[in-house]
Formats: sequence, structure tokens, C-alpha cells
Amino acid sequence: MKLNSKVPPGELAEKWTQYRSQMPLVAPNNKRRLDVIVVGTGLAGSSAAATLGELGYNVKAFTFHDSPRRAHSIAAQGGINAAKNYQNDGDSVYRLFYDTIKGGDYRSREANVHRLAEVSRNIIDQAVAQGVPFAREYGGLLANRSFGGVQVSRTFYARGQTGQQLLLGAYQSLSRQVGLGNVKLYNRHEMLDVVTIDGKARGIIARNLLTGELERHAAHAVVLCTGGYGNVFYLSTNAMMCNVTAAWRAVRRGALMANPCFTQIHPTCIPVSGDYQSKLTLMSESLRNDGRVWVPKKQEDAQAIREGKKRGNDIAEEDRDYYLERRYPAFGNLVPRDVASRAAKVACDEGLGVAPTGLAVFLDFEDAIMRYGRSQATTKGEDDASDARVRELGVKVVEEKYGNLFEMYEKITGDDPYNTPMKIYPAVHYTMGGLWVDYNLETNIPGLFAAGEANFSDHGANRLGASALMQGLADGYFVIPYTIGDFLSKEIRTPRFDADSTEFKAAEKDVQDRIDALTSVQGSQSVESFHRRLGKIMWEYCGMSRNAEGLQKGIKLIRELQEEYYKDVFVPGGTDEYNPELEKALRVADFLELGELMMADALDRNESCGGHFREEYKTEEGEALRRDDEYAYVSAWEYTQRGKDPVLHKEELVFENVELKTRSYK
Amino acid sequence: MRLTLKIWRQPNANTKGHFATYEMDNVSEHMSFLEMLDVLNESLIQKKEEPVVFEHDCREGICGTCSLVINGHPHGPQHRTSTCQLHMRFFKDGETIVIEPYRASAFPVIKDLAVDRSSLDKIIQAGGFVSVNTGQAQDANAIPIEKSLSSSAMDAAECIGCGACVAACPNASAMLFVSAKVSHLAQLPQGEVEAARRAQRMVAVMDEEGFGMCSNVTACEAECPKGISVTNIARLNREYLSASFTSNTGA
Repeated sequence: MKLNSKVPPGELAEKWTQYRSQMPLVAPNNKRRLDVIVVGTGLAGSSAAATLGELGYNVKAFTFHDSPRRAHSIAAQGGINAAKNYQNDGDSVYRLFYDTIKGGDYRSREANVHRLAEVSRNIIDQAVAQGVPFAREYGGLLANRSFGGVQVSRTFYARGQTGQQLLLGAYQSLSRQVGLGNVKLYNRHEMLDVVTIDGKARGIIARNLLTGELERHAAHAVVLCTGGYGNVFYLSTNAMMCNVTAAWRAVRRGALMANPCFTQIHPTCIPVSGDYQSKLTLMSESLRNDGRVWVPKKQEDAQAIREGKKRGNDIAEEDRDYYLERRYPAFGNLVPRDVASRAAKVACDEGLGVAPTGLAVFLDFEDAIMRYGRSQATTKGEDDASDARVRELGVKVVEEKYGNLFEMYEKITGDDPYNTPMKIYPAVHYTMGGLWVDYNLETNIPGLFAAGEANFSDHGANRLGASALMQGLADGYFVIPYTIGDFLSKEIRTPRFDADSTEFKAAEKDVQDRIDALTSVQGSQSVESFHRRLGKIMWEYCGMSRNAEGLQKGIKLIRELQEEYYKDVFVPGGTDEYNPELEKALRVADFLELGELMMADALDRNESCGGHFREEYKTEEGEALRRDDEYAYVSAWEYTQRGKDPVLHKEELVFENVELKTRSYK
Repeated sequence: MRLTLKIWRQPNANTKGHFATYEMDNVSEHMSFLEMLDVLNESLIQKKEEPVVFEHDCREGICGTCSLVINGHPHGPQHRTSTCQLHMRFFKDGETIVIEPYRASAFPVIKDLAVDRSSLDKIIQAGGFVSVNTGQAQDANAIPIEKSLSSSAMDAAECIGCGACVAACPNASAMLFVSAKVSHLAQLPQGEVEAARRAQRMVAVMDEEGFGMCSNVTACEAECPKGISVTNIARLNREYLSASFTSNTGA
């Protein structure tokens, strides 16, 4: 299979503008005759469905939630990047493009990333027009902060709830279109298959989660905005229901899965506390603007802390190792996520971890509190304020900046982070991999598009902080609504599809068979217990660091687990009612297949880059060793069948505008 | 710790529900409330019994999917805390905990503890937005907005749409939910333009969907996991009233 990225010709900075102005259009009278299905209503899905509705297409939007506003985009905390250069600190579209390519460790497509940087500016304008209450300065203009891996301040935010506010903006735009009748919303409907006719995507099979009924929905094109697959690890910062099923079903119908092993492990999450743990909670990267990461220098101090005999505050300044500041002086605590996560693992592997499990490092705000406090004291004319007074003033500043995050930390751990350093540890957070798409965000199945985290498009091997919201909204508001026209302009004579055709009936039967295969087992183990076991295998062999031997073992273990699943899973309840256990059972079945593919991809990639760290490929200093001569490609996998090896297709990455360098944050 | 749970079980909307009693042992104080229910469900599945259906998703207190009335309080007794953020360290060893679904005629029970809250979406669809299409926006910094105003709009915008206000209200009114959206948008220049029309349309649909009237009990604010203030209701009333004095609001 020859992969055609369809990157348009021309100068990098001109490609998108030229392409957009030369793209075939669909006339308004024809748009009304064309149906588009959008699956998922997070940032990418809501913004795409709303915009396509505004343009005049007939849109059907599907979400498995009770409301579009529940999608996990809602939980993004820290912010959204945009090359506005409002801070006059040297930012530009090119710099955002460059930072993203470099941050992604040179494993993404130049043209896509440049387009992302270009439209980033429009997103902020659009969000403000919708009433998104971004943080502002006293002068009434928008405020910015910094995120990891960059040296400018380009992140826009709404307290610690930026994702919530952006999703509500998109949800409200979508709701407006629903009210106007341009979009029909199907809530509590889960897509369980994509239907192809003559090789083109023409609809989906969805299960009504309340009645269990399988429904056939036809359209001229299908857009998947179904998020990432981090929950393959069971424990992640993803919401409990996040899953790979929609994307995986597309893969099972011939779509290619790109770079599945590129997983982002976020450095600042609340550590695991027990076996019952159901998910991990992220502490926003914005905290690294002010928090300093450290572990004790001496193993005996770390041990005393683990045993509860000492506290972080008891360790003298000279006995602390601020290891990010020491190893990476240029970026310090704001190194990219993959670098910060690995460094935390190294510290804990050396026996310096500070939680009872040994798996945690400190994130300390004492310096920031005192620094802000002194500045406040000066502003208030209290030049001779006592340390206690300075601290009091500083706590207020920190509370204003991060109050809700500190509150969340205290609720979960019972510790007060104003007075004792936070304990954090890396956790699975985001998946850079996803469905392979071309410049139009179209998969290799014509008429099937993928947007947001569901595609692999923009982040390479590592995503920079505050870029997920940017990409989701860029795809949904400003890319798909144009690029889908390239496909639909050729479909204006295609009549509506009959959802009773043999293709639809066959797909529906496949779904029914999958449901029956799981409910008929009536074994002895819960779905959840299988999911936990899968997660442990993934984390052990395909987590923060990987090696060939472990990956081979992992593949074997997953294959055994797959077999056991279909022999011994127990799915309670009926198929014709609201049954969350059955929903989970179908999702875990797909995770089991995806997990194996992720291991195969990690095994193929004999280099270390971004979130993919192969122990065999590192520098003498322990940093990632990329191998551009052999691995500067996108791995796009074709699934064959369960228990058989997948087939690799390569899209060679062409870098015409940036020079491939060893990524250095030192 | 050891707990006794009295949980509302109801197979579907058309069948009468009842309380079932479950004894729990070895509950860790570090567990979240929902993790405690996960453990219960795992044990029920082991016994081939039907697990308790409850809704949840992000478990970070932001998606608004979790609900539950715990010991008479929507989202439990802990102030400004959603059920998913509630931890067992706030309960006592040997305690009996009563867990029910939200009770409101606009929120019919689906199964056990899950209720249908899609009526809230219908209210937003009626007017909870700024009428702006993609691509129509001017530069984001073209209109400066006073920091305190923007911050006050954000206070209202923090609503997670969980419906606790409805469950807390003796009249099952959705006024706090509606007023939070009206107030968020009316305070910003971008949303002010259609503020009156928005208030009228949202209130009309709120009535249609079977929510009750507001009689200033203010239990909604007390139980809101995000601390949304009832001053938003005053702002909604002002918008609504001023709309009824002006013509051509299109409501």
C-alpha cells in the first residue's frame, strides 16, 4: 500500500492558504443534500459538528455520554497555545511550528504542523467571541502563561479549567445548531462499527445504550472524533469511559493505525495509593511554572520519608536534588513532558522516591510562595515584612493562580500543598498515535475522516503541553470543515444511502455476533479484572521505558489474555437494557487487540524518540537516541486478524524546512 | 473500615424501586466513594449478581456525570465536592450510608442510581450560547474586558451541569443551572447583545421540561459542588424581567 500524504505543493507558509483557496467547493443547495456523521462530541467533534451544521450540511452527531458536554476534553486544565505574540516575546507562527516539530522529536509532518500553528490564532478569536472567559490582565487584555518545552509565553487559560470552558464554547455552538435543526444529536449512542460501501465509508452501526438496540445510520461521510486510547493502560488520567472502540473498528475495516506506541506519560499526576485505584488524577503542567521538582539526595532520607519518619520540609536545602534544574539548566522545571517523566523514573529507580510505594517525587511551591510574597510586600510598601507575613501574602498569590488545583490535591490526598510539598509521579495521559490521516485528515478509507486525539497528525512522538486543545479545535473548527469538501464535492450526485442495504445488515450482524460472543461466555472473571491485568502488562512492558525482550514477552502475555478473555469473562445483565458492564466488555475486547499492536510498533521502532524510550538506544548520559537514518517514518499498521502479525506500511517523513537535530533542553 | 450501605435499586423507569442493604468490610479511607462502589460491584459480579448502576466518568469533579444523593445530600455531605472527589476518610467506621438517585420529575430514573438529565441540554439548545458562526470572530484582544467582570463571568461558567441544584431543590427547580449560563454570558460584551432573548428562551424551555419554580430556598447553592452563587438567579431575574418589558425579543 502506497501512502499518499496529499501535502500540497508550494512554500511551507503558503501551502494552507493556497490549498484552501483552490479547493473545490460544495454549493449551498448541494450541502443540504449531503449527510455527514460526526462521532464523538469533545473539542474536535463538537466544533466539527457545529461548523459543518453552520455550513449547511446535514449532520448527525453521536456521543455515548448523556450530554456532549461530558466528553473528556472537559477535564483539560492548563491551557491552549496560540501564536498570538500578545506578550511581544518573540513568538510567531513559525516558532510555534518549530517548537511543536522539535517537541515531537521530529516524527510529525511539517505541513500539518505549520497549518496547526497558523490556525491557532483563529481559535482564540473564535473562543472569545463565544464568550469563553479566558484569564485577563488588569488592562482588560488576555493573559498568558508558559508551558513545558518552550521559551515564550503563549498559553491562554481559564483558571485551571481551560478544557471545560473551551468545550462548553464548542458544546454551546453545537447546541445552537441542534436547536436550529441543522444537527441531529444522538446521545447515549455508541458507535460499534463503520460501514463501507464500494470501499468508501457510508455510515455506522450504533448501539442505543438505554435500549440496547442496534441502529444503522447512513451518510455520505463519517468523521471520527473519538479521542485517545490511554485507557489501554487501565490506570491513566483519561476518564473511565474513554476507549479505542470507534477507531479500532475503523482499523478492523481497513483503516491504518499510525504510531500506536507513541504514548504520553505526564510527569505530574497524583501517585497511585492502592489496588482499588480506578484512575489517576493529573496536576496541571502549569504548576511547573512555579513548582520545583526534587528528591532527597540521600537514600536514607528518602527511606525515612517513605516510612513516615520524616517529611519533605525536614530535608535541608543542601540535601535536596532539584534534578531537572541540575540536568537541564536551560529549561529547568519546564522541560517537555517525556523528559520530565523519564527523569522522575530515574530518580525513583535509584531509590529516591518519596511515597510509601517508592514511586513519587516532590513538587515544591515554597520558593514561589516566598518570591510572590516578597513582591506583594514591596507593592504594598511593607518593605520590612516578617517571613510569616511574606508567606501569607505569597500563599494568596499562589491560591489565586492554582487554587482549584491545590484544592483538588488536598481532597484526594488529604495533604495541604500550601504547607507541604506535593507528591507526584508520571501517569499515562495522552496518545500521540492514532488513525493514519492525510493532509485532509482523511484516513486511507475514502470518506472516513479522523480529527483531534483520534488521529496521529500533529504531535509526533511527544505532545507539548497546551497543544491538545489547540489541535482538537483546529481540526474541528478550521480544518475538517474545509478539507471534507475535497471529498464531498465529488459526491454531490450521490443519492442518500439506504441503511437497509446488505452492507449495513452485514455490519449490524457482525456487531451482534461480537456482543453474543462476549455475553455467551458466562465465565468467572469480571471485565474490570481483565482490564486491570491488561493495564499492568502494558505499563510493565510498553510504559515509560521499553526493550525488545520485554515487548516480545508482552505480546505473548496479551495473546494469552485475549484467549482467556473469550473463555472466562463474565458479563452480567441483559443486552436489551442499560448495561454498562456490556459496554465495558466490548471496549476491553478492542483494547486487548490494540495493546498487542502497540507492542508490535514499539518493537519495530529500534530507536528512542519522544515518549518512546527503548533502553537499547540511549546516549552515554542516558538521553534518548534517535535514529533518523532508519526511523524517520510514520509507522502505519494494517491489522490482519487476532493472533496474527500486523503489516507495517511506512510514510517517510520529509523535512524541507527544519534541520533534524538532537533535541536538547540543557 | 466497616460500612452498611442502603442503596436504591430499580431495574428501569417502569418498575418500582426499593432499598437494598449491603455490608462492606475493609474499606480503605484513601478510597474515593466511587472506588468503594467499584469494590462493591466487583463482589456482586463475583457472586453473579447484577452490579449497582451509577454514572461516572472523569472522576476529577469536572465532567458532571456523577450524581447520587448520599445521606440526603446531592454529591454527599462534603461541601463543594462532587461525588467522584469525595473520599472515604470523611466517613466513620461502622456508619450506615444511604445512597439514592437524584429525585426530580424532570430527571426520570433510568436504572438504579442513573437518571436522565438530557432536559438540561434542551435548555442550552434553546438559547445558552452566543450566536456566532465559526470564522466570524474579530481579534481576541479587540474588546478589552474588565478583569473583575471576566472573573465574575468565569465564576458562573464553572457550572458542571450535574443537576445537583435540581436534586437539592424542594421544587426541583433548575434556576441555578439556567442562571449560571445566563449570568456567564450576560456579563461579557460578546454575550450581552442577546442576553434578554436568551433568558426568555431558556426559562421557557425550563418550564416546558417540567422543572419547578424558584422560591428562594437556596439549597442549590449550598449543595452545588462548584459553589455557584444564587446571586446569579437575581441576575437571571433581572434579565428576564427587562426582557418582558421590551418588545421584539424574539422569544
